Amino acid sequence: MASGKNDELLFDHNHDAVDRRGFLKCMAWAGTGALCVVQGGVLKSFSLSDAQSRHAKGDLSFVQISDSHMGFNKAANPDVAGTLQAAVAKINALTDPAEFILHTGDITHLSKPVEFDQVQQILRSAKPKEIFFVPGEHDVLEDDGQQYRERFGKNTKGSGWYSFDKKGVHFVALVNVMNLKAGGMGLLGTDQLAWLEDDVRHLSNSTPIVVFAHMPLWNIYPEWGWGTDDSAQALSYLKRFGSVTVLNGHIHQTMQKVEGNITFHTAASTAFPQPQPGKADSAGPMKVPAEQLRSLLGVSDVNYMRGKRALAVIDSTLQ
Amino acid sequence: MKRKLILATGLLLAIVVVLAGLYRTLKRRPVQASAVEIKIDNFNFAPATLVVRKGTQITWTNRDDIPHTVVEDDKTFKSKVLDTDEKFTFTANRTGTYRYYCSIHPKMTGKVVVE
Repeated sequence: MASGKNDELLFDHNHDAVDRRGFLKCMAWAGTGALCVVQGGVLKSFSLSDAQSRHAKGDLSFVQISDSHMGFNKAANPDVAGTLQAAVAKINALTDPAEFILHTGDITHLSKPVEFDQVQQILRSAKPKEIFFVPGEHDVLEDDGQQYRERFGKNTKGSGWYSFDKKGVHFVALVNVMNLKAGGMGLLGTDQLAWLEDDVRHLSNSTPIVVFAHMPLWNIYPEWGWGTDDSAQALSYLKRFGSVTVLNGHIHQTMQKVEGNITFHTAASTAFPQPQPGKADSAGPMKVPAEQLRSLLGVSDVNYMRGKRALAVIDSTLQ
Repeated sequence: MKRKLILATGLLLAIVVVLAGLYRTLKRRPVQASAVEIKIDNFNFAPATLVVRKGTQITWTNRDDIPHTVVEDDKTFKSKVLDTDEKFTFTANRTGTYRYYCSIHPKMTGKVVVE
């Protein structure tokens, strides 16, 4: 789906397979920030500074944070606790308070109990008290995610997937970091796909859907494993809905794509940046001058306005 | 003079051909050492394919800032999570081809052939 060698990603926009209202491809690289929003059925994009001025109070506001990698201590960021605290301060300072937080995985770096403890302790100081998690591959090392589920996955299905409703919006938390196959990317698996199909079956087409998972559910850069092998199957169950927003982390930079009724959004990490697809030898942590670091880390503020077709996502940096 | 030049060029070509042949032969032959190292660097196993003799001790070292694992496809060998500079050792006591990958970053794959 994505081209390998080019500077830009090319996407196969198959208009016949998706809603004909149109599409907009907009990508925001780390630190720039962008907002894509539907107005009167037409998709528009704004730069972050524009977006903030247009950011009206919505019916539901929440924030997404991702990839806190507690325990990471290398040159790319020797103080991941400090930057997570900065992210919490950012959330607490929002003029339009967030009702809850989504954490899209890689909570810890090495799945150690002390790392989980530290994240939980820092997040206790966040104003929103409700926090929803999905695991990243770094949270399920060694024990197939048992510790993760004991802490964050009570009452979830399978390896930790679940759904819930908030003010008429249906949220679906997916796990795509388990049982990864040699040579492959993220994986949902047949059990989870069957559950997803059943989970959304009873919903009307007008129900806004938010799906969140750790690894991207669109093929951003397969060469680095930045995608999910069976995501197309999952998305096929969501095509009939008027508004679908897909949130993920994993790639430590913001990126956005709108295709038909589905808006894909990838959040920045609160810990360290990673290079743009193909712009480095590997996807490893990107070392930047200390004074630049916080401009490449961030949180995403998500706003749902009843009657609007897409959720507005505003990325802001920790600076 | 011209003849000398032709002779020298010919000799040089012959040496190159012999060396290339030798290199190919050597490359195909199993590594003779009793212990060898595979480096994990920039999300790659290097060398990605390694041919060794039975009984060779193979050690993987993670040189990345990110943890990796070494997992044989059929779980013949499976490392714990290797953080930066941590090592995993496997002694190849049975002949065969062992394909392995990093279970955290499954795009990373490698192969050990034990002869």
